[in-house]
Amino acid sequence: MSRAAETFTTGKQADREVHAKALRAWLPRHAVLDQVEELRPYECDGLSAYRKLPLLVVLPDTVEQVQAVMRYCAREEVPVVARGAGTGLSGGALPLEHGVLLSLAKFNRILDIDLVNRTARVQPGVRNLAISEAVSASGFYYAPDPSSQIACSIGGNVAENAGGLHCLKYGLTVHNILKLQVVTVDGDLVTIGSDSLDAPGYDLLALMTGSEGMLGIIVEITVRLLPKPESAKLIMASFADVEKAGDAVGDIIATGIIPGGLEMMDNMATRATEDFVHAGYDVDAAAILLCELDGTPEEVEDDILRVTKVLQRSGCTDLRIAKDEQERQLFWSGRKAAFPAAGRISPDYYCIDGTIPRKQIGYVLTRVAEMGAEYGLRVANVFHAGDGNLHPLILYDGNQPGELERTEELGGKILELCVEVGGTITGEHGVGVEKIDQMCVQFQPEELTQFHALKQAFDPKQLLNPGKAVPTLSRCAEFGAMHVHKGELKFPHLERF
Amino acid sequence: MTAAAIPDKDIGEQLCQTVRQAASEGAPLRIQGADTKAFYGRDSEGVVLDVTAHAGVVGYEPSELVITVRAGTRLAQLESVLADKGQMLGFEPPGYADGATLGGTVACGFSGPRRPYSGAARDFVLGTRVINGRGELLRFGGEVMKNVAGYDVSRLMVGAMGTLGVITEVSMKVLPVPAREATLTLSMPVEQAIRQMNAWAGQPLPISATCFHDDTLRVRLSGSEKGVAAAVAKIGGEAAGDNGDFWRSVREHRHPFFEDERPLWRLSVPQGSPPSMLDGDWLIEWGGGQRWLKTEAAAKTVRGSIADSGGHATLFRGGDRSSEVFQPLTSRLLELHRNLKNAFDPERVFNRGRMYRDF
Ligand SMILES: Cc1cc2nc3c(=O)[nH]c(=O)nc-3n(C[C@H](O)[C@H](O)[C@H](O)COP(=O)(O)OP(=O)(O)OC[C@H]3O[C@@H](n4cnc5c(N)ncnc54)[C@H](O)[C@@H]3O)c2cc1C
Repeated sequence: MSRAAETFTTGKQADREVHAKALRAWLPRHAVLDQVEELRPYECDGLSAYRKLPLLVVLPDTVEQVQAVMRYCAREEVPVVARGAGTGLSGGALPLEHGVLLSLAKFNRILDIDLVNRTARVQPGVRNLAISEAVSASGFYYAPDPSSQIACSIGGNVAENAGGLHCLKYGLTVHNILKLQVVTVDGDLVTIGSDSLDAPGYDLLALMTGSEGMLGIIVEITVRLLPKPESAKLIMASFADVEKAGDAVGDIIATGIIPGGLEMMDNMATRATEDFVHAGYDVDAAAILLCELDGTPEEVEDDILRVTKVLQRSGCTDLRIAKDEQERQLFWSGRKAAFPAAGRISPDYYCIDGTIPRKQIGYVLTRVAEMGAEYGLRVANVFHAGDGNLHPLILYDGNQPGELERTEELGGKILELCVEVGGTITGEHGVGVEKIDQMCVQFQPEELTQFHALKQAFDPKQLLNPGKAVPTLSRCAEFGAMHVHKGELKFPHLERF
Repeated sequence: MTAAAIPDKDIGEQLCQTVRQAASEGAPLRIQGADTKAFYGRDSEGVVLDVTAHAGVVGYEPSELVITVRAGTRLAQLESVLADKGQMLGFEPPGYADGATLGGTVACGFSGPRRPYSGAARDFVLGTRVINGRGELLRFGGEVMKNVAGYDVSRLMVGAMGTLGVITEVSMKVLPVPAREATLTLSMPVEQAIRQMNAWAGQPLPISATCFHDDTLRVRLSGSEKGVAAAVAKIGGEAAGDNGDFWRSVREHRHPFFEDERPLWRLSVPQGSPPSMLDGDWLIEWGGGQRWLKTEAAAKTVRGSIADSGGHATLFRGGDRSSEVFQPLTSRLLELHRNLKNAFDPERVFNRGRMYRDF
């Protein structure tokens, strides 16, 4: 695994001392970290294959402090990388050697809950699950529920437009927030969105969502709260082959029912989780589907019958309905623990995040298995089937020379396959540093140029998370020289390196 | 509504050329669909860029819940294509006149009665093709439900009033038509109606529209047979025996409330906001979140009345169309808007001044 240099170079050390001293004028001493052992915990996010020590870490706990940090960094032209809980899987919060890492971990307060308007105003460092927990007794919840919800921050969710198990019906982060307070690159505070259902001017709320810390620092979020469904039931169906399970997903949607959640796990994934959490999964099935139906008890009863029929017609080999709330939670617990479970059957795993049209699920899973075999790597699949959002987990051993490189190459190939069948290289984990080359496959040079112009509108000096999310054209030229797409050279006018 | 038979046609390249030409001459263009939204936004100068010929369904996969259409496609035609497969646009867009195109609807960001319960136009947009001010045809987003590759330019285009680019194609998520709908009416004063709508919204009820006018609260329920029946029993009131006409009349502004010479204001406020004391006639939708006001009151008075609520006011129809019809932005936000305009349309070719005087 590639590791950052252990020692500080002298030039950098001098910068570090100067900036740390200056920032301590606005921040308490302990909120500016500058010792190697203090910086170490921040050297990577959830994509641990990439690591780098930041110049400094700052841990402000007021908006004024964030503004002061940004003003200082803008003046000194020091780049800034925002970090929430660091669970991101694309290296979005990977520090920059010459940059300040701005952690929002101390912003962990829920500021206001308005049950009449069904909103909560929260700080960015609040954990996703903490919001639902705070309003649960009143009968509400915050809908987007990434599997990482016990740890990830709502600020990071906004920055990545995080999804979850229930997004097919209840939407992604972008559908469930109303307003943001954002500190601009030069330290101004702006309000984006509003407390009502829309806001005047351009939809900057949508633009900020999923912008990976490239446009501003989110310091406050107003989220929508939904009433908890009265009733929710979970069906678990087994299939003897993966293609059939994939087709069943489309068959369910075709009935006109939108399930609260529709997830799929293949055999390798069910075996790994079953050993880990004993969720009661059918470990002989080639794939299982978890289909949750929610609504009023009357609706759910209807829908369960209809979906059961569809699944039987689609050729499921076994079908179980969670008998009570406890069993429903148990079935879900396996799905939620699938990533760590993969971590138990392999020294390392690498999570891929492409989205494809649902009808391609069967084909793509088959191709992924073939490609895995070609690369000599095992691939487990556990994913948001209802949205067509795949998460192939490539199992590898980082201590074997060359395995990480092979894994990354296979991951890239899988993403390119997603684009080829009409999908995208990332459904919810973001581009970060990880998928930056695949952006060259998905977008034309003019589109990438438009993205850069858009960033300029917010951050003319490129100080916010520079180098992430959108590749430069010369980087694409370099990448394109190796990957000729559909027989066309994509960046013919650019010099090759 | 009948679907006008407009031939499918791709005139994207021709549109790009016109834009390139206009950009090189610095000549402004007025992007126009069926011109049914001419009443909306600010007055704008320029040669008309007609996109109505750029029409047709490019792709439709009912089981994917996704449709992709060219921007000149008539809303009515699109709706009938979807209805054939038991599907619909989840944001129930108003057309405001026959011939309305999807492109115009999306550019204005219009959503109908279903909006607070299933989402706005922007919530259903998955991808767009857009011509920027340099005359380049660009593609953003896509045809899948989840996509975070690159900035969300597609949603940025929704409601931008064509000031950032020509929308030529839109991919949208669509929804199944509910098996059953029922409308109930209840008599009550406005304060109680606002409280009631918000209390309902805090419960898991299959509500799909609400409207209060003339001391009558109407609520529409949509869902499965059994789900709707159970909710009808819970809510009470009287069955309206409505076949959708009432909701269509509110959506299309053909309800008698809208037949009035005075300027029409749209107030978008937090749903539970108490009723305004402002003089004029009111019709309240969206669980209290969208309030229509007919008044001669000055813009300052109308905007002042909601200044503390966290909402905003739009001079929707009539009145002085050379004034700021949309809520003025704070100086920093306005600067961001100007910068974005520059990023997409550096020669300021598109819809000059249509949204804000500045750009
Ligand atoms: C086991 C596991 C399961 C996961 N499951 C899911 C899932 O189901 N769905 C899903 O969507 N994701 C999932 N993820 C990915 C990850 O949890 C999400 O991307 C999450 O939104 C990241 O939040 P964070 O607080 O950890 O952000 P970080 O990793 O700290 O940061 C992510 C990005 O956001 C930026 N950022 C963070 N905070 C701010 C801020 N306040 N202002 C501006 N920019 C900011 C960072 O610069 C970075 O680019 C999973 C991750 C793990 C490890």
